[in-house]
Amino acid sequence: MAAGKEIRNKIQSVKNTQKITKAMEMVAASKMRKAQDRMRASRPYTNKIHEIVGHMAYAHTEYKHPFLNARVKKRVGYIVVSSDKGLCGGLNVNLFKLAVSDMKKNMDQNVGIDLALCGRKAVSFFKRIGGNVLANVNHLGDEPKLEELIGVLKVMIDAYNTDQIDRLYIVQNSFVNTMTQKPEIIQLLPVARGEDMSLNYHWDYIYEPDSKGLIDATLQRYLESLLYQAVVENISCEMAARMVAMKSATDNATEVINRLQLAYNKERQASITQELSEIVAGAAAV
Amino acid sequence: MASNPTLQVDIVSAEKLLYSGVAEMVVAPAVNGQIGILPRHAQLITHLLPGEVRVTVPDEEQPISIYVSGGILEVQPNHVTVLSDTAVRAKDLDEAAALEARKKAEEAISNKHSDIDLAQAQSMLAESIAQLNMIRKRKSK
Repeated sequence: MAAGKEIRNKIQSVKNTQKITKAMEMVAASKMRKAQDRMRASRPYTNKIHEIVGHMAYAHTEYKHPFLNARVKKRVGYIVVSSDKGLCGGLNVNLFKLAVSDMKKNMDQNVGIDLALCGRKAVSFFKRIGGNVLANVNHLGDEPKLEELIGVLKVMIDAYNTDQIDRLYIVQNSFVNTMTQKPEIIQLLPVARGEDMSLNYHWDYIYEPDSKGLIDATLQRYLESLLYQAVVENISCEMAARMVAMKSATDNATEVINRLQLAYNKERQASITQELSEIVAGAAAV
Repeated sequence: MASNPTLQVDIVSAEKLLYSGVAEMVVAPAVNGQIGILPRHAQLITHLLPGEVRVTVPDEEQPISIYVSGGILEVQPNHVTVLSDTAVRAKDLDEAAALEARKKAEEAISNKHSDIDLAQAQSMLAESIAQLNMIRKRKSK
């Protein structure tokens, strides 16, 4: 019964793995709910400020903020928002694939690239394939704080202000639903015009109290809230992706156990039959 | 009434969407004084002080009253957006908490050695006073 014991051991080990994946699935499910609440809470603010800044890009403002002026594209910056941990299906891989294909397009036009990275997966990925990393931040945990992200953002804003980069993009996962997460590239700087074409005429705001302070504050807020939203959304995506990945791993484990169990039973039956026939043959010989 | 022009109003805080709908008029505490916005107002953008945003809704007698802790207000001809750090519906304001906050802020201002710095304490004081004013006004109605 040597083979039988081997199969039994194997079944046990798959069962142990299954316990782990099952636990991870449940943890991810409960974290996902919290992450989703957080994401939904800040979404309206982010959408609205994005809208306002989109309007601002149409306005012929008396104070020309560099964020509103498009320069010739010589060098671009990307902020890549990934997760810290793996075991979440193809989430990070799909994101990096999109980022790399976009970067390649830029490199073909002789446009240089600078990177800022959020999350350990992005850090290790770009360490492997190379790239000029200006800043990174990891270990944001499940409840990221805006203060932790400001450093990365500041590095990129400074790079933009000193003409080192002429565009700033953010590469992020956007949460569609539990089953689907879509990697996206959004242009942060210079501010892209909103979709409302009716604003395409010569107008300017009335400012209270002054244009510089207001535009500065609004644009700063805009960048902060978009980056924060990207990070919060990424956590929701990560948890959802992990939950789905662990669910399928648990299901696969069940299937493997069933197959092994069948093999074990067959083996057991065969050895019993063999023993019986040996006994019968022995008895007949006497 | 129904033929009156209206504007779309969205009031959001960092935590949630507080109000989204049509209105006949919006009154908000801008830095240079209260401003009232009617439909077809010229584009305007301003900082807000802590205080009350009143939204006059068609076919409703009482305007909707929302407390904001400051933020940004943007006006497009038929669209008003209020971006606030914190915003609370007037009826959800907590008088005890506001009184407590005012006491703390006043203490911090008079006591130089507290861990809260002066600017922060002053903004806390302004916020709590604005909240208390709103609560008082609501009660006296």
